Amino acid sequence: MSIFEMLFGKKEKTNEINVQVHEKPVKEEVATTQETSRFEKKAKRSEHKMGMVTLTIDGRKVKAPEGATILEAAKIVGINIPTLCYHPDQSIKAACRVCVVEVEGARLLQAACSQPVFDGMVVKTTTPAVREARRVVLELILAHHPQDCLNCIRNQNCELQRLAEEYNIRSNRFEIVNKGLPIDDFSPAIHRDPNKCIVCGRCIEVCEQVQTATVYSKNQRGYKTVVAPVMNKSLNEVACIACGQCIHACPVGAIFEKDDTENVWSAIADPNKHVVCQMAPAVRAGLGEEFGMAPGELDMGKIVAALRQIGFDKVFHTNFSADLTIMEEGNELLQRLQNGGTLPMITSCSPGWIKFIEHFYPDLLDHLSTCKSPQQMFGALVKTYYPEKAGIEPASIYSVSFMPCTAKKYECQRPEMADSGYQDVDVVITSRELARMIKEAGIDVANIEPEEFDAPMGLYTGAAVIFGATGGVMEAALRTVYEVVTGETLQDINFTMVRGMEGIKEATVKVGDLDVKVAIAHTTGNARKLLDKIRAGEADYHFIEVMACPGGCIGGGGQPIPTTNAIREARIAAIYEEDASLPIRKSHENPAIKELYDTFLEKPLGHKSHHLLHTHYTARSKYPYEKKD
Amino acid sequence: MTLDAIISQYRDVEGGLIEALHAIDNEYRCIPESALSKLAEAFDVPVAKVYGVATFYAKFKVGERGSNLIRVCESAPCHNAGAALVLAAIESNLGIKAGETTADGRFTLELTECVGCCNESPTITINEVPYTKLTPEKVPELLSKFR
Repeated sequence: MSIFEMLFGKKEKTNEINVQVHEKPVKEEVATTQETSRFEKKAKRSEHKMGMVTLTIDGRKVKAPEGATILEAAKIVGINIPTLCYHPDQSIKAACRVCVVEVEGARLLQAACSQPVFDGMVVKTTTPAVREARRVVLELILAHHPQDCLNCIRNQNCELQRLAEEYNIRSNRFEIVNKGLPIDDFSPAIHRDPNKCIVCGRCIEVCEQVQTATVYSKNQRGYKTVVAPVMNKSLNEVACIACGQCIHACPVGAIFEKDDTENVWSAIADPNKHVVCQMAPAVRAGLGEEFGMAPGELDMGKIVAALRQIGFDKVFHTNFSADLTIMEEGNELLQRLQNGGTLPMITSCSPGWIKFIEHFYPDLLDHLSTCKSPQQMFGALVKTYYPEKAGIEPASIYSVSFMPCTAKKYECQRPEMADSGYQDVDVVITSRELARMIKEAGIDVANIEPEEFDAPMGLYTGAAVIFGATGGVMEAALRTVYEVVTGETLQDINFTMVRGMEGIKEATVKVGDLDVKVAIAHTTGNARKLLDKIRAGEADYHFIEVMACPGGCIGGGGQPIPTTNAIREARIAAIYEEDASLPIRKSHENPAIKELYDTFLEKPLGHKSHHLLHTHYTARSKYPYEKKD
Repeated sequence: MTLDAIISQYRDVEGGLIEALHAIDNEYRCIPESALSKLAEAFDVPVAKVYGVATFYAKFKVGERGSNLIRVCESAPCHNAGAALVLAAIESNLGIKAGETTADGRFTLELTECVGCCNESPTITINEVPYTKLTPEKVPELLSKFR
């Protein structure tokens, strides 16, 4: 099944993945209201009430549950009504009107995405009036949209472009208006071109309802409506957490990652630079989608080979430092438990999450683990430990990081992330940019001969791999903490209760004499609920994992487009498959990590660890653009 | 009255945000930028939403205004009566576009929805006082009274 089919559906049954469904699409947890699954839910509900209705769509009889929309009912008989403001994970907006259909007896055309079906309803989706209305809608939107698709970052992956193509639009009866709005390219992570915005409101919804950062709103009114931060500030000036979920929400190219690929090409071309790279586990889970494969289908070894082909001197893996994170963070947790430190301790791997708590809950920063993220631990070591071992001049090292994440671009530029004496990570490249580099290099990634990662910083365990999924850091930590504390070997290392797309997961794990209470949240909206509990003194957890993005890193803002909750579930499955396939699945059993401690760091939380692997946080304001009095 | 004093009057009123914006506009003749975060805190809404509400209404202007506020009605009756020509005459007389303030801070030019003088269109208001049946020719003399 192609990704487009998963998002938009081509066949009657679009979603073969088992999706967890929630009643309300927004606010409560991550809404996984993928179209068919919401439909199935309605179907189940109405079976109790026997609320099936029969209607006719384009002359074909359709049985659909009461309360289903025309859009959903049409899908049953293989009719795909076009949509634009509709998003499978979001509320119904009925704003763009591109999904209009004719309903017998109705005076006006109806929006199929919002109109519920009823018994005896007769719907026509391709009458001259419908086709003309849709063309007018598209031409009106296109008249307010730049015409240079060739130069757009979303060329060939744009919902508007796709509709223009499907509707055979070759000219426009309306005058083309150039809005002439300034492009916001100040953020190190996310850029915006408001000229391309079609004002669908999808970025607003994900930022407000899912992440609760609420950076965007609709400003002005009518034709002049602009979706922008307060006072048209740059994303860099407001309390944006740089998670990039707005990029996935955007149907067009109005919001996109800052492209840093040119910096990497230059470094590779520079004979005086020793170019090394690390890659986060979530990248592999999604990267293949850029080449038409299913989530997780692309073999890790083929990516390694492609990176060598591009010209990297060493190909390492962030998983190495994910294992290291478990050693440091696990010991930090034990120390806090034993010495009465601040609890619950909260993970610090996700830079979007870090920025969120800094802006919105600066009073709770003591709860954060002082551990740097795996990316930054790796960055500090690749310019200290690695050159010492390899006999290379640290100044010549150019450190590239492949991440599923836009916030990592921001994180690597934080001033404190220079403990090696240099900027620890020189540049962060998202999964999408990596795909662009592989394509530009002309590499047939599907058929390239797989290769191995370089030692020592390319060795890793299954515990590191699952960092890419929500609950993964918690599970990896539990595997190690349990065995370190009890001295026993775990009977079953699969802590399945911390896995899955549920918004907030809780578990109690007996570790020796102690019942360790843990919680896992993904999306900062869910994290907010836990933080409110902590503030109110109602949280009795010991350890909390937070990932800023829905589903964890596999759903990050730098992952292939489209990224929907259904696709996130498929990537998560790929992550756990990879974990299960590995010979070593506990961080403390990683031989390269043992060697790192033996020959360089000495011990977890030791002097060198403290200097290179731990960090501090900055209290920020909800209104960072305001001058302090 | 300070911004804090004004806002605190509406803090507990349902839908008080709009009321507070009106009260601030009455006092300051604009919505000072510094009011946005104060409103966000008082009404427990994100500041982006406050800005969205404030910019939705033509009556409010976030940021400073000049000492004389000219509003040109852009509703249909005034439009049909030649509002665009009047607007162009004002713009060329002042050397600014709609939404801007003259360099000397004397005039701010804005557009507005209907002001209720459709029978004498086209209409503009200067400092809330309507001037009706305007033509481009009448503009220079009218504006000179405010210089």
